[in-house]
Amino acid sequence: MTREIRLEVNGQTRVAHIEPRTSLADCLREALDLTGTHVGCEHGVCGACTVLLDGEPVRSCLLLAVQAVGHAVTTVEGLAPSDPAGAGSGLSPLQQAFQDKHGLQCGYCTPGILLTAHAFLRDHPTPTHDEIREMLAGNLCRCTGYHFIVEAVEAAARAAAGHQPA
Amino acid sequence: MKPAPFDYVAAASADEAVAALAQHGDEAKLLAGGQSLVPMLNLRLARPSVIVDINPVKALDYLREADGRLHVGALRRQRAVERWAGERLPLLAAALKHVGHVAIRNRGTVVGSVAHADPASELPALLLCLDGEVVARGPKGERVIPGAALFRAPLTTSLAADELVTEARFTLPRPEAGWGFAEVARRHGDFALVGAAALLWLDGGGRAAGARLAFFGVGGTPTRGAAAETTLTGQALSAERIRDAARAAAATLKPEGDIHASARYRQDVAAVLAERVLGEAWTRCRKAP
Amino acid sequence: MGAKLFGASVKRREDPRLLRGEGRFVDDIKLPGMLHAAFVRSPHAHALLRGIRAEAAAARPGVARVFTFAELARWMKPLPLFGAIPPGLAARVDVTMRQVAQLAMARDRVRHVGEIVAMVVADSRALAEDAAELVEVDYEPLPAVVDMIAGGAPGAPLIHPEWGDNVALRFKTGFGDAAAALSAADVRVQERFYVQRYVGMPMETRGVVAQWDPRDGSLTTWNGTQVVHFVQQGLVTALGLPANKIRVIAPDVGGGFGTKATGYPEDLLIPAAAIACRRPVKWTEDRREHMMAAAHARHQVHDIEIGATREGKMLVVRDRICVDLGAYNSWGIVLPYNTVAHLLGPHRVPALDVECRAVVTNKTPNAPYRGAGRPETVYAMDRIVDCLARELRMDPAELRRRNYLAEADMPYEIDIPYRDGNRLVYDSGDFRANLDAALEATGYDRLRAEQAAARSERGILRGIGISGYVEGTAIGPYEGATVRMDASGHAVVATGACSQGQGHETSFAQVAADALGIPLDWVTVVGGDTAAIPFGVGTFASRSAVNAGSSILDAAVKVREKLTAAAAALLEAAPADIEIEDGQAFVRGAPASSVSLERVVRSALPTFAKPGAVTADFEATVYHHQPTVTYTSAVHIAHVEVDPGTGAVRLLRYVVAHDCGRLINPMIVEGQIHGGVAQGVGGGLLEEMVYDEQGQLLTGTFMDYLVPTAMELPPIETVHLEYPSPRNPLGIKGIGEGGAISPPAAIANAVEDALSPFGVRVTRAPLGPDAVRALLVAAEEKKARDAGAGGGRA
Repeated sequence: MTREIRLEVNGQTRVAHIEPRTSLADCLREALDLTGTHVGCEHGVCGACTVLLDGEPVRSCLLLAVQAVGHAVTTVEGLAPSDPAGAGSGLSPLQQAFQDKHGLQCGYCTPGILLTAHAFLRDHPTPTHDEIREMLAGNLCRCTGYHFIVEAVEAAARAAAGHQPA
Repeated sequence: MKPAPFDYVAAASADEAVAALAQHGDEAKLLAGGQSLVPMLNLRLARPSVIVDINPVKALDYLREADGRLHVGALRRQRAVERWAGERLPLLAAALKHVGHVAIRNRGTVVGSVAHADPASELPALLLCLDGEVVARGPKGERVIPGAALFRAPLTTSLAADELVTEARFTLPRPEAGWGFAEVARRHGDFALVGAAALLWLDGGGRAAGARLAFFGVGGTPTRGAAAETTLTGQALSAERIRDAARAAAATLKPEGDIHASARYRQDVAAVLAERVLGEAWTRCRKAP
Repeated sequence: MGAKLFGASVKRREDPRLLRGEGRFVDDIKLPGMLHAAFVRSPHAHALLRGIRAEAAAARPGVARVFTFAELARWMKPLPLFGAIPPGLAARVDVTMRQVAQLAMARDRVRHVGEIVAMVVADSRALAEDAAELVEVDYEPLPAVVDMIAGGAPGAPLIHPEWGDNVALRFKTGFGDAAAALSAADVRVQERFYVQRYVGMPMETRGVVAQWDPRDGSLTTWNGTQVVHFVQQGLVTALGLPANKIRVIAPDVGGGFGTKATGYPEDLLIPAAAIACRRPVKWTEDRREHMMAAAHARHQVHDIEIGATREGKMLVVRDRICVDLGAYNSWGIVLPYNTVAHLLGPHRVPALDVECRAVVTNKTPNAPYRGAGRPETVYAMDRIVDCLARELRMDPAELRRRNYLAEADMPYEIDIPYRDGNRLVYDSGDFRANLDAALEATGYDRLRAEQAAARSERGILRGIGISGYVEGTAIGPYEGATVRMDASGHAVVATGACSQGQGHETSFAQVAADALGIPLDWVTVVGGDTAAIPFGVGTFASRSAVNAGSSILDAAVKVREKLTAAAAALLEAAPADIEIEDGQAFVRGAPASSVSLERVVRSALPTFAKPGAVTADFEATVYHHQPTVTYTSAVHIAHVEVDPGTGAVRLLRYVVAHDCGRLINPMIVEGQIHGGVAQGVGGGLLEEMVYDEQGQLLTGTFMDYLVPTAMELPPIETVHLEYPSPRNPLGIKGIGEGGAISPPAAIANAVEDALSPFGVRVTRAPLGPDAVRALLVAAEEKKARDAGAGGGRA
């Protein structure tokens, strides 16, 4: 029943043994120990499991792991600058903005939101409030009411544009 | 919430996919974007024994304009079509903005959404509004199915179990046409409780030369608002005439109620939205140079 | 001791790991040889169990065991019950209450869709689900009780047949002469209000991992719970083990909101499976299970009447309340009595007459969820207050101003007991100041002018809605904390409070660091681990800042005294002359004497040459006793626009002016308010657990149970007022729940205000587009009928 697949995840080639029915989310979490990708609904609504596939956000609960072969997968673990010492590694500017602006509480939805926002800011470097909210609408957060998430994404955009974070 | 087990076939070509469908019959399901199928697999509401994945068929990942129509291959993602449509076919772009969210549209395909035939989704109605058709390939070759003949019932089309839709075609509206699109959903990105799309174009004298109206979410299939189209065509337009046409079209609908909206709500609001989208379309074609 | 950190918006210390995907949630735990569980759950709302055949499931490859009630009978002790009636309450209120404890697995009867009938344990979750489908269960369906009003009436089908009816609880209370006040009132307004069933819905579902260690007969279980010590106590009872052999750990938890603060069958079943299989077992609830088996909440009907003078002075409130409990009454008086105790809120009302009954139905059992009875009661009260304003043709803000209590009224007693049995006395606050601050932040008068202009000039329907609440927070009776120094001069704080995202590792460290005189980074906060502290209550009811925070403060002060004594010995000075700042101890006025706390701590350790200068005990444990609650208050204002064509409601602005006493970390407080408001907006506009007449759950996925997205919410504007609590040493009040209390009422008031030209009355939540349009249609039809009747009703 199981088969071996090779996936490119966060720039590394990884080998996993999975069933055809195994979702990419379960493959990342169970077979590859990348537990930063969270599973919130397994029917594509909540967005907690969002990862980047060739740079674009997708629901990893709606993608079979076998379908990711030949594509580049980026998870939350691949967002932060890697630290050769392995400990106390840093945060990306977007992640830092989330801490600065209190853009997370329980942190469960956060990885999916970070990846969605990461791709969004690449395509929309100077977003409006409304654009940010529309982007976020595909990711449910139950803790923050989104207020500080919107501020965090704005702050990250400003920081990237070279302005002082407000 | 894990799918029941299935075998996985990665089709290398459309013909291979069709052959696999023919071999497994009702036991097989086609996988393209997977944004409707995979939730049903995870919930075990669909339990095919074979999944035929057409994602490897790169030849189906295309979009082109030819003979006055937009041709979208079975693997072209909604997000890519949305980017293209922004300038070229704003009605389609407006509709696509309401299809789930970006992460859904990055995987979901236009053809898949049409073939899935959810009566509350936007793209099947757009196929009707834009005089569209689909190309179906089966063991015996290809056939073209007009939109009007495609949708039979909720999630049910006239496609055979061994047919693969390789392409959807949308007629490009004439440049002077105005368009309108509106839907009511409980939240942004949800399936519509009621939705409507319209096209309208005028003759030299300012009369309606043609009109298209399509509803979604108000019945078992997407529905053309033929009553409105006929009433308006050839007529000088006014707000009242548009309202009457909208009401006439909505009166022919036969929606059902569910936990999110009653049948009456859908019927009433279909008239409201039809009036709005026709009005928007009228405004837009009057603005056209 | 300086308050350097208390009151500062310190960035959260838990964030970096969560942002890097390095948090550790229950489902992230992987143990060697671990098995995975799936459950067979009842598809019927109400049925008798006639037999179960599990052979086919057990024979599947990869299946370790299939458990039915019979295999687990020896562990099937009743699940814990909450909400006993305290003596102080029993002395004044005559409560009739019946509670039947649920069993972890159904024995002979199922009472709601989703109740557990069997458990499969296999090599993977997918294999366990495959096998669970093969378990054959013979059900004999029974008529289901779905509607709470009909279900509470005589002759309804019986859910717990030994009771003779479905009424689990009944009481009446009040004060003053309500009947006389009603007959004396110039104006009386009466209405029935219906608050729907809606739920906490954390983004992380529940989960349990259990590992049995046969070496010493101990159990370790990781459980995404808000109440590790309650879970431990339940396991002590069921497994017959002493508490020290059962370690319950709540690691990172992805939101709780009360949903994870109740006792659940899976808390016991997964450990039981681990013991029976001698292998670790994991269960992660899937979203569909969560919808049908995690606690539901809210769901009340109020028949409320208010009486007032022509000038708008409130004289009396009478309310007849029905509470839907779901299939079991696990929470006793908590939800019904919270509802009653919070009915009058910020208003001065001289007479109250309430009768309350709580009914069991064939639905998922209810438990307290963020607000716990308060959003429902505030909905009824603030709706009837707006109805009164309309009757009096008085601005609803003005009516409230005339009746809200102010600072000069404090302390203010409502003459019924609180649910902890103590007197219900508001300790501090100024509710009129909350109102004025909210009105000012909203620009109320300007908004009223804009509203009129938009309506008359552009036909745009906008409305403004006000809601105010007073909330008893931080219920006791206690929480504890141990503070101890390590050999580096750093501190560990252990408490029974558990964080599900509230930022305990930051705000508790702020309290401890100030009290100890050390940098924030030197404090490690440990919560959610029964091995760290033997007794605890947990995190719910807006209680942790007050209960745990006060314990931490008091324990840290004691440890500082010990450090001071040690430093005095080391520096050969009097303890009264020792200062501790930034992790350094020194003699006051002699900064050169400064030594690190590491040296101070080590100076207490014996050497071969001499004993320690003092005993090396730099540890203190305090269990803060909180006999009764402290009162948080707020006024919320919602500004909405209604599309009369579609019935769609858009929230334009949302303003909160609130008092939660002194703020430990204003940023975290604001985050709590935002999140609460968002859930309240869900209750006001979107969220409802819907059952059909057979008791089938119709909202089983996120496609149907509608959690608000960023598009449904506006920015949330917050004004802080600070009236310190006299009931704890920090002067703080709870803020975890408050945000969720008022939005349904504020939104309903705003929608009714927007539709005031049509004369509609909003009586139900949530206000989806169909519900709103139905109000308009009904108003138009009524108008047409009245016109058709020839206007002869003069």
